[in-house]
Amino acid sequence: MSWIETALWVVAPYLTLLVLVLGLVWRYRYDRFGWTTRSSQLYEHRLLRIGSPLFHFGLLFVIAGHVVGLLIPESWTAAAGVPEWVYRFFSVTVGVVAGVCTLAGITLLIYRRRTTGPVFLATTRNDKAMYVVLVAAIVAGLLATMLSSGLGHHDYRLTVSPWFRGIWVLRPDAEAMTAAPWPFKLHAAIGMLLFAAFPFTRLVHAFAAPIGYPFRPYIVYRSRTPR
Amino acid sequence: MRIMAQLAMVMNLDKCIGCHTCSVTCKQTWTNRPGVEYVWFNNVETRPGQGYPRRYEDQRRWRGGWVLDRKGRLRPRTGGRLRRMLTIFANPVMPSIHDYYEPWTYDYEKLTTAPLSDEPPVATPRSLLSGEPITVGWSANWDDSLGGSPETLVRDPIAEKLGEQVKLDFERAFMFYLPRICEHCLNPSCVASCPSGAMYKRSEDGIVLVDQDRCRGWRMCVTGCPYKKVYFNHKTGKAEKCTFCYPRVEVGLPTVCSETCVGRLRYLGLMLYDADRVAEAASVTADEDLYEAQLSVFLDPDDPAVARAALEAGIPEEWLAAARRSPVRDLIVRYRLALPLHPEFRTLPMVWYVPPLSPVVDALATTGHDGEDAGNLFGAIDALRIPVSYLAELFTAGDPGPVTLALRRLAAMRSHMRAVNLGDEPDPSIAAECGLTAADIDAMYRLLALARYDERYVIPTAYEGTTPGRIEETGCSLDYDGGPGMNGPFGETSGRPVPVSIESFHGLKQRQTSEEVTRDRVNLLNWDGRGAPKGLFPQRDTTEEP
Ligand code: HEM
Ligand code: SF4
Ligand code: SF4
Repeated sequence: MSWIETALWVVAPYLTLLVLVLGLVWRYRYDRFGWTTRSSQLYEHRLLRIGSPLFHFGLLFVIAGHVVGLLIPESWTAAAGVPEWVYRFFSVTVGVVAGVCTLAGITLLIYRRRTTGPVFLATTRNDKAMYVVLVAAIVAGLLATMLSSGLGHHDYRLTVSPWFRGIWVLRPDAEAMTAAPWPFKLHAAIGMLLFAAFPFTRLVHAFAAPIGYPFRPYIVYRSRTPR
Repeated sequence: MRIMAQLAMVMNLDKCIGCHTCSVTCKQTWTNRPGVEYVWFNNVETRPGQGYPRRYEDQRRWRGGWVLDRKGRLRPRTGGRLRRMLTIFANPVMPSIHDYYEPWTYDYEKLTTAPLSDEPPVATPRSLLSGEPITVGWSANWDDSLGGSPETLVRDPIAEKLGEQVKLDFERAFMFYLPRICEHCLNPSCVASCPSGAMYKRSEDGIVLVDQDRCRGWRMCVTGCPYKKVYFNHKTGKAEKCTFCYPRVEVGLPTVCSETCVGRLRYLGLMLYDADRVAEAASVTADEDLYEAQLSVFLDPDDPAVARAALEAGIPEEWLAAARRSPVRDLIVRYRLALPLHPEFRTLPMVWYVPPLSPVVDALATTGHDGEDAGNLFGAIDALRIPVSYLAELFTAGDPGPVTLALRRLAAMRSHMRAVNLGDEPDPSIAAECGLTAADIDAMYRLLALARYDERYVIPTAYEGTTPGRIEETGCSLDYDGGPGMNGPFGETSGRPVPVSIESFHGLKQRQTSEEVTRDRVNLLNWDGRGAPKGLFPQRDTTEEP
């Protein structure tokens, strides 16, 4: 195993986590005011109404797929009586459909961003860099799903997943990751970059997702003097 | 019973001359910044007219406010919480900038750089959003004073409701101005639709605010408010709204729009209400009953039981005293002259209006009748169906009863006072005919016509004795476009705004009332709402006698 692989699969994950957590804490303390979606719906809504839900809902499925694929070991699904090929069939079809939706959505969003004058003017350099990393992560992910799992019969649940689970118990299995085909490696590397970028870009809005909203009363009263 | 106090406003529409001073001074104070160029916390619209943003009253289109679901329970018109969460990625009904208007400036540089020629150079309009040349075709008051084509006018949502016949007639029949701010509703649907819980109603005085540090830009409140009085700052990506000038009212000063109103037609005061009964009042079945239902949640501060409960609830003695003297309460409850704007939106709004009698008087005068004769006026109110039904659509969900009563009382006051001024004996039957006594009419006259400063505004100061909270003014002189205050690493205006001053109660009061100002000459167009520069306001004459 080369030093590059060690750096990528042993050092980088922890670096990413550190940057992510410290970055979020820092952003919360330094820039609570800037913690927003910076919605551009006021400028343009027709394309946004298609592109944004397509992208976000696609992404939610993609995230769910990642959770299942990375966290649930193959031995568990096998014990539950799901044959490998059935699992793979679903993971590839659902993965490809969700991935294509996400990609189509972000393509539409970027097209809109470039062509609608006010939206383009409101796009910062930071945003542009973020879109590059985000699109790269999505494309690499789709490549991995289609080339390696779909056409190439690689079972990432024997390589990427053990490595990923190992990170959380402080024993990252770099050997397993080294055995994965290159599209997976590329996707994992860009993914880490994306996570590290979260606190420092507009993507930070995802960490403000209002999950408490359904559980609170409609009207909020607050005292003028914080008690 | 859960007693709460609410700062409320009443506007006497007969006195509004449509000068927009209130809008301009409000803008100078609050929305004179990039990102909110198109925002008018206070706007004055001509009725009949489309309003700002265009046709905001049409809730079939804009889906603001509350409705009753099939089981008779209250829910926001756009649906429940889960539904709102599912539509968060793109709000299905949010007005676009064009429903307000695209803000613009002029290419002034052209005036100095144009080559020498026979024609004088022209500064052409440029969009403030894209920088491109634009043709200006709409604004916050494009149809001011019935300006524009008849086609614009008949698109008034109320006129549409009233039907064809009216449409043809009404634009000839009457006109009045309707100044609007946020209603600081008792049942605010903007608060209800905020997923982050950043919007809140202050429990001390009922002012509805947006916590700028907690707003995450989900822009659901814009849709939630049926009056379209929450605005999206397109530079900061956060919601902003009328603040009821809380830094001023906390130290006992009227809001900027009230203070600068040329017609002196705004009244500020407290209302006590029972917060436990708000939901019940907002969910009565028939729209026409909402006015009475809202009246029923108000509590009488002269009632000893209410006073006791208020003190127990932590409302200070001073506030109770202010509630007893409240001009707003007199106009709303005692004389029933003031009416709520669009009660059918079910938010229980708290900026109320005394309907204008002038359309009726004008109609009489143009036909050569005596516009101050009680008999003529009473007859005209009944006969002039169009103004009354229009006003009823605006203020009582279509029920002409309360509008007629308020107009009759105004008419009675008019003819009663003419008799007094001419040295005649006023006819007591005129007052009696609309359920008043001569003493009532004198008091009404004092409040509405003389409208002394200290009777128009009865504002208790923020709880003395308790520490009056930190007051952070976030206005920073470096916050101009491209200024050093605007260049955070995550886009414009990111970073924690540095509070210019964190001041004590007395410090703030001094700042708001002092004559110290930053510019040499201050007029209404460059006054920033701080201080009371010499010559801007008339001398406050405390010896003034009614
Ligand atoms: C479940 C949590 C999330 C919610 C509630 C959410 C919501 C939103 C909202 C309201 C906007 C603004 C749309 C507009 O009006 O202009 C937005 C934009 C955006 N979101 Fe999310 N988001 C979430 C998660 C994510 C994640 C995980 C990502 C990417 C990894 C993401 C990427 C983006 C991007 C790139 C934009 C900008 C779109 C554009 O205008 O070009 N979001 N999101
Ligand atoms: S009028 Fe004001 S308080 Fe009422 S819903 Fe609209 S923004 Fe909220
Ligand atoms: S300042 Fe007063 S009179 Fe002038 S438009 Fe505003 S409310 Fe009407």
